[in-house]
Amino acid sequence: MKHLLGIKQLSAEDIFAILDRAEVMKKEVLQAGKKDSCLSGKCIITLFYENSTRTRLSFELASKYLGATAANITASGSSVVKGETLADTGKTIDEMGADVVVIRHSASGAPHMLSNYTRASVVNAGDGMNEHPTQALLDFMTMREKFGSFDGLKVSIVGDVKHSRVARSNIYGLKKLGADVTVCAPHTLMPAEIERLGVTVTQDADSAVNNADVIMCLRIQLERQKSGLFPSVREYHKLFGINNRRVALAKPNAIVMHPGPVNRGVELSADVADGPQSVIGGQVTNGVCVRMAVLDMLTH
Amino acid sequence: MKQIIKNGFVVNPAKNFAEKADILINYGVIERVAENIDDYDAKVIDASGLIVAPGLVDLHVHFREPGYEHKEDITSGSRAAVKGGVTTVLCMPNTNPPIDNAALVEYVINKGKKTGLVNVLTTACITKGQEGTELTEMAELKEAGASAFSDDGKPVSSSMIMRRALEYSKMLDMPIMSHSEDLALVDNGSMNDGYTATCLGLRGIPKSAESAAVSRDILLAEELNARLHVCHVSTKNSIEAVRAAKARGARITAETAPHYFTLTDKACDGFNTNAKMNPPLRDDEDVEAVIRGLCDGTIDSIATDHAPHHVDDKRVEFEKAANGIVGLETSLALGYTYLVKTGRMSLLQLIDCMSTKPAAIIGSDRGTLNVGAPADIVIFDTDEEFTVRVSEFETKGKNSPYDGWKLFGKVRRTINGGRTVYKG
Repeated sequence: MKHLLGIKQLSAEDIFAILDRAEVMKKEVLQAGKKDSCLSGKCIITLFYENSTRTRLSFELASKYLGATAANITASGSSVVKGETLADTGKTIDEMGADVVVIRHSASGAPHMLSNYTRASVVNAGDGMNEHPTQALLDFMTMREKFGSFDGLKVSIVGDVKHSRVARSNIYGLKKLGADVTVCAPHTLMPAEIERLGVTVTQDADSAVNNADVIMCLRIQLERQKSGLFPSVREYHKLFGINNRRVALAKPNAIVMHPGPVNRGVELSADVADGPQSVIGGQVTNGVCVRMAVLDMLTH
Repeated sequence: MKQIIKNGFVVNPAKNFAEKADILINYGVIERVAENIDDYDAKVIDASGLIVAPGLVDLHVHFREPGYEHKEDITSGSRAAVKGGVTTVLCMPNTNPPIDNAALVEYVINKGKKTGLVNVLTTACITKGQEGTELTEMAELKEAGASAFSDDGKPVSSSMIMRRALEYSKMLDMPIMSHSEDLALVDNGSMNDGYTATCLGLRGIPKSAESAAVSRDILLAEELNARLHVCHVSTKNSIEAVRAAKARGARITAETAPHYFTLTDKACDGFNTNAKMNPPLRDDEDVEAVIRGLCDGTIDSIATDHAPHHVDDKRVEFEKAANGIVGLETSLALGYTYLVKTGRMSLLQLIDCMSTKPAAIIGSDRGTLNVGAPADIVIFDTDEEFTVRVSEFETKGKNSPYDGWKLFGKVRRTINGGRTVYKG
């Protein structure tokens, strides 16, 4: 594996290999002193053209826990504001001897493009509406910890599927791993011909979560309301928000996931977010493990 | 000075003529078309085994001059044209500054004449600065030599301004060429809405962004009995709208581009910016509708929308990349290979769409091999397969999705006003 551009490019075996490695990282690094030297002498650059708290931080921590040299560039503080193209930025980073470039960008396909202009391995940390592979991997890790297997696992993804790279990466991976995926959103927040990805599509949240093993909520950008994609946060929450009543429709041991940051009272009611079935905290922990695994595997 | 083009298969849609014949050219004008012409004073051009047709007339090219000469200029564009068998081009006015005054119209035409390879004609803007608010001085632009009006890629959003433009230009008997697009529906989309856009995570442009705008423009023109030429139709519903309007007797003509009958939005896979254009590549259903529209005459002409860009305009994120592809050096071969060789239309129909009908739309005397017509001629080979190589293009733009494609219909010679301007 040279780059991690998306889940689309991975096989089920690739995914399991990353998850296995991430579990080792969790035991041997995260829970054992956070010190390893497997990335010693490697240079990891995080190139963030979009704001991020958890993804950027967890890549940075993952690099440091494994002994790599980590440096960070944000668009606002770099030559990007002076009009440098992504191709030129890629070449510049290359000349400085980066081994891995972790990129987040608002344009779909930006990591793919960057990979053509650098010798370093490129990790997609979220590109536009396309993919967010490490998020999906940490979601898979969290699901596997709870359920052990993906065969016939019923995963319901509720929210703004249209604009969500998290949803796309999860759908690609979960289908490869053998899960049943249902997506639920109003038509305005559903991408064209999504059913061709092999998912069940519904506009009824109750039926979506019925008998589910996993309820995955997607973040909704509140400003989308202004462009007419939904009439109000109130109506959105009423129709698609996950509250205790809806969680009760799922299997008794179902888990509730969210990639964060949560709009409390919109995608999730506060009591569900903080409730016993929420694994949102565990997702964050696993995020560091998955990113350690990916960095390790790309550099060895 | 006489020349005879001997032993070619002559295709002249204006006379519904497609037979083996010789053509005698005298001082740049076609003097005779007949079998076995012999004239000892004439220079002989052997066209055995080749097709001889009127030079192509392309109603939609971007020669980028003035203002964007790093993408193309009138000289490089003209060289690309003759290499593609095109002898008349109609330039779009989205230059910098836009062609919205008589001086710029004259500049483009004169520069074309100075280059001397093809007949360079130009549109002029519908509105000043392509801004969609005030009409240009249309009569003066006509007098300066403009052949049609268009705001090109900046569609006239106001229905009232569009209606006024159609109404005012009636007295000039010149078509309004409309790039019909509802920008509100485009909503920052960068490719056709559908499965491929979903998989790439790119914002989709619904087909209605084109179809609804085409319908609006047709209804406005029809109400006024004005002339409307719909540029680059790409959707089934746009074509249906044109078909229905023509059946009602409206004065509507339409064009499409080779990419709309040879490619679908799948070409965008891998974030291929050479498959990014406006209107965007559509799906199989639309490709079929375009071909049917060409075959039944709903779509009058094939124009390239030749849109050269600098490599830096395309070597960026897909959403940021410039729209459009170059087309002049591949249009005839794409038309031949995908429409004629596949049995969908006759060679006569293809040449009608690429030369005779487009010439008529702008009132040009070109596009025929009739006796007395200027000797604008393309001679091409339909037997030998060739491979498209963008590195060999004459245009400055290398932005083509056809690199490496194997096609039939290689241009062997292009003649403009009796003068050979290209030999391949």
